[in-house]
Amino acid sequence: MKLSRKNGLRASAIGALVVSGALVLSACGSDNNTETPAKEGGKATTSAAASNIACEGAKGQLLAAGSSAQKNAMDLWVKNFQAACSGVEINYQSIGSGGGITKFNQGQVAFAGSDSALKDEEVAESQKICKTGKGVNLPMVGGPIAIGYKLDGVDNLVLDASTIAKIFDNKITKWNDPAIAKLNPGAKLPDSTIQAFHRSDESGTTQNLGKYLSTAAAADWKHDPKSKSWPAQGGQAANGSSGVATAVKDSEGSIGYFELSYATANKISTVSIATGAAAPVAATTDNASKAIAAAKIKGTGNDMALSLDYATKAEGAYPIVLVTYEIACDKGNKAETLPTLKAFLNYAVSEEGQKVLAEADYAPLPAEIAAKVRAIVPTLS
Amino acid sequence: MATTTPDIQRNRRAKSASRPGDRIFSGLSRGSGITLLVIMAAIAGFLTYRAVLAISKDSTSFFTTFEWNPAGDPPVFGIAVLAFGTVVSSIIAMAIAVPVAIGIALFISHYAPRKLAKPLAYVVDLLAAVPSIIYGLWGAIFLVPYLDGLNLWLDEYLGWTYIFDKANEGPARSLFTVGILLAIMILPIITNVTREVFLQVPKMHEEAALALGATRWEVIRMSVLPFGRSGIISASMLGLGRALGETMAVAVVLSPSFLLSGHLLDPGGGTFAQNIAAKFNEANEYGRDALIASGLVLFVITLLVNGAARWIIGRRKEYSGAAA
Repeated sequence: MKLSRKNGLRASAIGALVVSGALVLSACGSDNNTETPAKEGGKATTSAAASNIACEGAKGQLLAAGSSAQKNAMDLWVKNFQAACSGVEINYQSIGSGGGITKFNQGQVAFAGSDSALKDEEVAESQKICKTGKGVNLPMVGGPIAIGYKLDGVDNLVLDASTIAKIFDNKITKWNDPAIAKLNPGAKLPDSTIQAFHRSDESGTTQNLGKYLSTAAAADWKHDPKSKSWPAQGGQAANGSSGVATAVKDSEGSIGYFELSYATANKISTVSIATGAAAPVAATTDNASKAIAAAKIKGTGNDMALSLDYATKAEGAYPIVLVTYEIACDKGNKAETLPTLKAFLNYAVSEEGQKVLAEADYAPLPAEIAAKVRAIVPTLS
Repeated sequence: MATTTPDIQRNRRAKSASRPGDRIFSGLSRGSGITLLVIMAAIAGFLTYRAVLAISKDSTSFFTTFEWNPAGDPPVFGIAVLAFGTVVSSIIAMAIAVPVAIGIALFISHYAPRKLAKPLAYVVDLLAAVPSIIYGLWGAIFLVPYLDGLNLWLDEYLGWTYIFDKANEGPARSLFTVGILLAIMILPIITNVTREVFLQVPKMHEEAALALGATRWEVIRMSVLPFGRSGIISASMLGLGRALGETMAVAVVLSPSFLLSGHLLDPGGGTFAQNIAAKFNEANEYGRDALIASGLVLFVITLLVNGAARWIIGRRKEYSGAAA
């Protein structure tokens, strides 16, 4: 009895080893998919950017945490920055915006990445950590949220806000619905059911899509625009942007939303939006930058919280965009990490730092906003 | 006689307690028992405290709301869909896993040649060693597409039962698929314990039955199964415990939505553990309290299930090993 149990244990151990080994290998395999653009971007820019990065006394370890939407951008920046400034280690954990803000307000990280600006109560809480100052939002990365679809034989799908709202709200359930057909004259739309995928986890991506739909299609999207979890009923869900992208890629007749980089990495066609401009606008980083340029700054002083114009009709402005912020104290940052923090944010918002973004399918900040952030970063203390 | 027996017992007890090893061991085991109770009480206290914080601010009924938006204004969340999904997926898992596990255990313990039985037992053990996230990946990438055929078949021939009526096209990311996946995951623990119990059946019982001219199946029916019944129930409850609390595999496979639907083949539904895993990252402090409140419900459900199992086993004392 004893003997056989021992053997059983040993066999289980070997089996577990084999299986986990296989997981490790396959995990590497699948990672490559999404990280390819990031890696290429890094390679292409490291040498050029390295010479322009001012290290300014940056040293030691800098901890940061937050939004997963800006993870690939952060990876690029960290890689370039660490290559240029020896002895610096920047550790960004992509645990989600909510988690990042919590950690920031507990004083565990030097800055947090977040898809939405700090709320009033979060600012109040940040004053405990910042002592003499408060947490401020510094926009750093923009990105288009692509509406991806898979529909054989339809290459350039055009939708408007109202149609998108009705599709995700299960009011339009067939691909050959008159509303879709009207926007896509000449396209061969099949008589099949639309499978709409949304995020099952709470997410800034969902929140931004919700804000867009309730601004641009207020009559058709009556759900809570600030909800981070999916507010509508029905449809199908998958975990994370990568989960939604995989689901859309795998199912014929599907539609879903995710950051543009996931569409590029999975070769998923994206919807052009009929915004009311002369031509439908495709989801590209340039078009997203144009939409962010129309944003108003709603923060005061050093706070750069943006209010995006989701209903923009500007030519070539892609309206479904996400701006992610870095959140740091304007005054009262920890003395030991302050130089590193300033140098890193300085690089991130610099021209080189912003130029790198497009290669990972993010949108660089429009010149005017970038200039303002560039003026604020050196004043952090 | 009647007066001497307690004396002897008392003497024996006094003698054994005087040995240091015994005293240490008895202290250790009593300490462990107390520690366990304290830990359980601490968990229950923590869950209750945080749950009360959340529920007191909930603007709707915690038990009947079909929505989860604790960050909303006003906060809205309810556990109806989660409780339904958790219970239903576990029931499906049990319905599939228990008969199969008993079958495997019987095959290994009574039918299979020794050479085959051992490797087979190892393979079943191995299933328990696979981490649940791997079951999740396997389920999402392999099982879901391959279940489409089964789903269509069930829809066509059993659609009239309502539960197998597939109203929604789309992949099989449903509670039914989750049930099948959970069944595979809880199979090894049920099989193992059941097999051990079957091996404990007194040889005399079986030989006596054989001597009376019973076939092998009759031996199993008359001596093995009745003897092992309480063991099978305990094993099933262990499996059920895992099924109720399974997180990652469900989170990867299911297409969750806050919609209560009896159509088991349609995507949708949710479980407590899956919901906690999905919402925890982005939740604010209040949202976390809400998730903890849902965790408390799972805690209570698990307690009830285990209590029920103990009650069933207790009722069948005559079959337990102590009586044999």
